[in-house]
Amino acid sequence: MNETPHLNSFKTGPDEDGRFGIFGGRFVAETLMPLILDLQAEWDKAKTDPEFQAELKHLGAHYIGRPSPLYFAERLTEHLGGAKIYFKREELNHTGSHKINNCIGQILLAKRMGKTRIIAETGAGQHGVASATVAARFGLPCVVYMGATDVERQAPNVFRMKLLGAEVKPVTAGSGTLKDAMNEALRDWVTNVDDTYYLIGTAAGPHPYPEMVRDFQSVIGIEAKQQMLEAEGRLPDLVIAAVGGGSNAIGIFHPFLDDESVKIVGVEAGGKGLEGDEHCASITAGSPGVLHGNRTYLLQDGDGQIKEGHSISAGLDYPGIGPEHSWLADIGRVEYVPIMDHEALEAFQVLTRLEGIIPALEPSHAIAEVIKRAPKMGKDEIILMNLSGRGDKDIFTVGKLLGMGL
Amino acid sequence: MTARMDKRFADLAAEGRPALVTYFMAGDPDFDTSLAIMKALPSAGSDIIELGMPFSDPMADGPAIQLAGQRALKGGQTLVKTLEIARLFRQGDQNTPIVLMGYYNPIYIHGVERFLDDALAAGIDGLIVVDLPPEMDDELCIPALKKDINFIRLATPTTDDKRLPKVLENTSGFVYYVSMNGITGSALPDPTVIGGAVQRIKGHTKLPVCVGFGVKTAEHARAIGASADGVVVGTAIINQVASSLTEDGKSTGATVPGVETLVRGLAAGVRSAKLVAAE
Ligand SMILES: Cc1ncc(COP(=O)(O)O)c(C=O)c1O
Repeated sequence: MNETPHLNSFKTGPDEDGRFGIFGGRFVAETLMPLILDLQAEWDKAKTDPEFQAELKHLGAHYIGRPSPLYFAERLTEHLGGAKIYFKREELNHTGSHKINNCIGQILLAKRMGKTRIIAETGAGQHGVASATVAARFGLPCVVYMGATDVERQAPNVFRMKLLGAEVKPVTAGSGTLKDAMNEALRDWVTNVDDTYYLIGTAAGPHPYPEMVRDFQSVIGIEAKQQMLEAEGRLPDLVIAAVGGGSNAIGIFHPFLDDESVKIVGVEAGGKGLEGDEHCASITAGSPGVLHGNRTYLLQDGDGQIKEGHSISAGLDYPGIGPEHSWLADIGRVEYVPIMDHEALEAFQVLTRLEGIIPALEPSHAIAEVIKRAPKMGKDEIILMNLSGRGDKDIFTVGKLLGMGL
Repeated sequence: MTARMDKRFADLAAEGRPALVTYFMAGDPDFDTSLAIMKALPSAGSDIIELGMPFSDPMADGPAIQLAGQRALKGGQTLVKTLEIARLFRQGDQNTPIVLMGYYNPIYIHGVERFLDDALAAGIDGLIVVDLPPEMDDELCIPALKKDINFIRLATPTTDDKRLPKVLENTSGFVYYVSMNGITGSALPDPTVIGGAVQRIKGHTKLPVCVGFGVKTAEHARAIGASADGVVVGTAIINQVASSLTEDGKSTGATVPGVETLVRGLAAGVRSAKLVAAE
């Protein structure tokens, strides 16, 4: 965050209207517009306030457990027989994923703004759990909107949220997944503008959310870069992360964007294949449109109606993507590729058995891409992958798919 | 066309009563029924028609309008068909202004310039696009004004005096005051509070101010109409349509007459508002 950007930097966005090229913006109802402008003003102040940064750093170290380790996956590397594979271990964070990095940052902002009630949307429940956690830590009531389908497939996280004192509201509209939860959270926000802070869980939504969430998550890439230099004395050749809304991905990508030698790959949910509608590959198979406050790649039909999408992983089951990713795809700085459900499931098992790490189904998509690429790379090359979350929440889903009696 | 809207408000001002603005969903529950509803509205007493464009993700709408949109989309409604409903209506009615109301994405996907041309050809007079605040005016508002289509903006309780000029700057036709912070279909706040807000907006603009969100009965219409230039009724009409449908969502013989009866009552409400205002 403190580096001066180069002349042709990829890190200068967004502009003051919240745009990354044609993507981003502030497509919200008038009721919300003043709130978003307030948030931006507060965020602009906090960014440069040493006290805010110090508090963030302190909570990062003592509450989240930062820095998260950079781990050389020796057995997986050996197994694949190519590039050296490193994981950034975000799954070791408090609450088990990268989501907490953003939640701590945003709840500090909410506090500064005098807000007394937190709302959030969640897909996999990881953001819901992280939101409920920081709400408990700071003594604020929290309502989490979660698609009814996701409430079912991510039951362990629903229990955790309830134990943490949050109210979980199942959303039955649409297919009952993340998109529908976000609609409902926006409806709540429009209704409770005075006291409520909307804690968006990914690098999407109206400006300033995409930029703000990215900056809170960039700690991942900043640390990883430093750690990689310490471990290997050089930068990685390839950085890989799974992309739902895109927060863990932009968090690890952003600090590397201006390092020309580093290839960057985002992995989208290919679901059951890109031929039909049962996937969430917004960039690979979607087109630009406007939803949830920003212009970005979306899964939609010819009439501009948003499709439901599908992924084995609730956290990737979203028909859009953060606007900065759309821009990075269009200008060609980052390559986005799909991974199918069955490939992710296979990768989940490989990592579990070889490294003794049970990954969440979201980063399992990134692992599957690593499994494809590493063998084709030289032994002197290095892959850095964001292991964004642990898989405890997914064991029932996976057990069922593998036909294991639990 | 902006002239049709201006003439309607001028005529109503001469009559000394507020406008009844009726919202319903194009294609709910099917193309033909919604066209029949639209054709029945003027004679039942509707002065301005808001034609809802269904969208898969209506973030500012309550359950009633969400479901209406889903019924319409399930029945195969599209933006092109919505414009077709307007065009067929316009063949038999040259005087009632039509305002399209909805969300931006279907318009963006259709193509802004192509949409505006098609809307003009269909006899559309104005647009209300919920997710385009003044900060996004270059997207659709400015191109629409250039083509002589009204861009009607929502003002809300969060639009304070400092922000109002920005909201009003490129607004034309009328100002739509949203009576509350909330989604469509919520309960109506205290009419005297709304009256105060309408006065506040009128301090900033000469445009007519219409009030919507929460107006459901003739009594509401009368009370709000006492201070506003128009009242917008949406959810009540949508609910009336919904209650007339068969279990699997098909229209019945009661669908169109039910809406007519409701609108006649609301029309009586705005007409009695004139008396209150004149007292
Ligand atoms: C572990 C994990 N990784 C990734 C994601 C996807 O979100 P994002 O793309 O914002 O990182 C989620 C979302 O729930 C998650 O729980």
